[in-house]
Amino acid sequence: MTTLALARTGRVTQARVARSEWTKLRSVRSTRWSLAVAVVFTIGIAALATAILRHHWATASLHDRSDFHPLELNMAGIQLAQLAIGVLGVLVITAEYSTGMIRASLTAVPKRLPVLWGKAAVYGLTTLVLMIPAAIVAFLVGQAILAGGNGIPHLSLGDPGVARAVVGAGLYLTLVGLFGLGLGSIVRNTAGGIATFAGIMFVLPPLMNVLPSSWNSAASPYLPLQAGESIMSITPGNHLAPWAGLGVLALYAVASLAVAAVLLVRRDT
Amino acid sequence: MIEARGLTKDYGDKRAVDGLDFTVKPGIVTGFLGPNGAGKSTTMRLILGLDRPTAGDVTVNGKHYRDHLAPLHEVGALLEARSVHTGRSAYNHLLSLAQTHGIPRRRVDELIELVGLQDVAKKRAGKFSLGMGQRLGIATALLGDPQTVMLDEPVNGLDPEGIQWIRNLLRGLAAEGRTVFVSSHLMSEMALTAEHLIVVGRGRLIADTSVDEFVRGASKNVVRVRSPQAVRLAELVAGPDVTVSPVENGLLEIHGLSAEQIGDFALEHRIVLHELTPQQASLEEAFMDLTREDVEFKAVVA
Repeated sequence: MTTLALARTGRVTQARVARSEWTKLRSVRSTRWSLAVAVVFTIGIAALATAILRHHWATASLHDRSDFHPLELNMAGIQLAQLAIGVLGVLVITAEYSTGMIRASLTAVPKRLPVLWGKAAVYGLTTLVLMIPAAIVAFLVGQAILAGGNGIPHLSLGDPGVARAVVGAGLYLTLVGLFGLGLGSIVRNTAGGIATFAGIMFVLPPLMNVLPSSWNSAASPYLPLQAGESIMSITPGNHLAPWAGLGVLALYAVASLAVAAVLLVRRDT
Repeated sequence: MIEARGLTKDYGDKRAVDGLDFTVKPGIVTGFLGPNGAGKSTTMRLILGLDRPTAGDVTVNGKHYRDHLAPLHEVGALLEARSVHTGRSAYNHLLSLAQTHGIPRRRVDELIELVGLQDVAKKRAGKFSLGMGQRLGIATALLGDPQTVMLDEPVNGLDPEGIQWIRNLLRGLAAEGRTVFVSSHLMSEMALTAEHLIVVGRGRLIADTSVDEFVRGASKNVVRVRSPQAVRLAELVAGPDVTVSPVENGLLEIHGLSAEQIGDFALEHRIVLHELTPQQASLEEAFMDLTREDVEFKAVVA
């Protein structure tokens, strides 16, 4: 038997590794499922929630009416989308460990870090390109449904802060995905990674209630979820300024990836 | 060319690889032989930089593996543990690895054909049989047309056809002048494919020698003797350095003397011999003798 000769095509580069990571990301089912869930929930729940409200508006109490905020209701789907995006972020790296693929990946790229940066770049861009338009569509659909009702308050992208909040939802989801990727890369185990991600994002906030209320209200705005969600708020409240809040979430994502990078280079595989 | 110097790896308190020194030379098949748990897979992971040595060093073509700019062109490896995402197709698995080196898609198609996976290339690798998985692993190893090919237990669990295929492949690769380094815990397998042997037990080097020399060195120096006067012969040759074990009536196994010495001795004492056969130790026996002390887990005979 003769094996076929190959012309030498040169060295491993960051761009080539990113291309390889794109092939990996698009060629497994979990990607398609998670991203489809994120998009469908973002748009579907916006449509559903606003349609239900419109249906009940005429009979709603004064209290319910004054509690209603057209943007918050419209963004309800983001809550579910962030779970799908964060979990997929964890899976992008932990699935390599659980299947053993990581050995092939790190044999091809023994300097290792380009693999992590490639994953972050490809997954971050994919989320961004998908979720900013999804958030805009969800907003337009939701507000169109509200506008079709009788005297229901509604918004347009030109209203103060609205464009920032809607586009910000896409940015928020992207950072949540990167935070998941960083955590997954540190934990290297799917169940552990998802538990860590969900714990920090969704379990930690209610746990803050065990603190004295002054501590709680001082610390809570800096948790990743609350900090990041500031970008989607156009009303005052106990949260950081929009871009500052998003910046805090970005710090969490960057910190998790930095720790992941140090561990990736140091640990045995 | 793979060179290990004082290569050592601890996992916690356990020393998996203990001061290994060896060189894998180009152009021949070098067998890496040892019982299960001897540190073969660990050594291969150390060569690829997947694990870091506790002490010592190992280089591939003069450099640490991780310092090569295009490592898949230097070494192609099939590890014992599966290294494939179960949800990805064989084609996309190979493509993703090829892309890290800018290797064209055409090469992926060629390799899929070479290993005979055309019909299942678009199926998820998780559905593959053991044999198909090994073929995909081989395709991965050959992707970069590497000068050195390293395979960990490649015939494990394969059917006879698959084993035959691997043997031919190994010989073909060596005939093309490549460095082939292949591990096994089966001596008989190595006898068929390897020219040179590196034998390890409990992480330590036991032998670094050619296959021929290995068998010769480990021969037990036993001679089978058949004689109608076996009892008298046994009494006469027995001495401090010579032991005689009767096998059956009229048949002896004599340790400590060569066939020539026994023949001369018999003539001197006018004893008739009907058979005089030096017993060559089989490769398997030679291996068992060498590694007996170094098997990690032994069955205890009560």
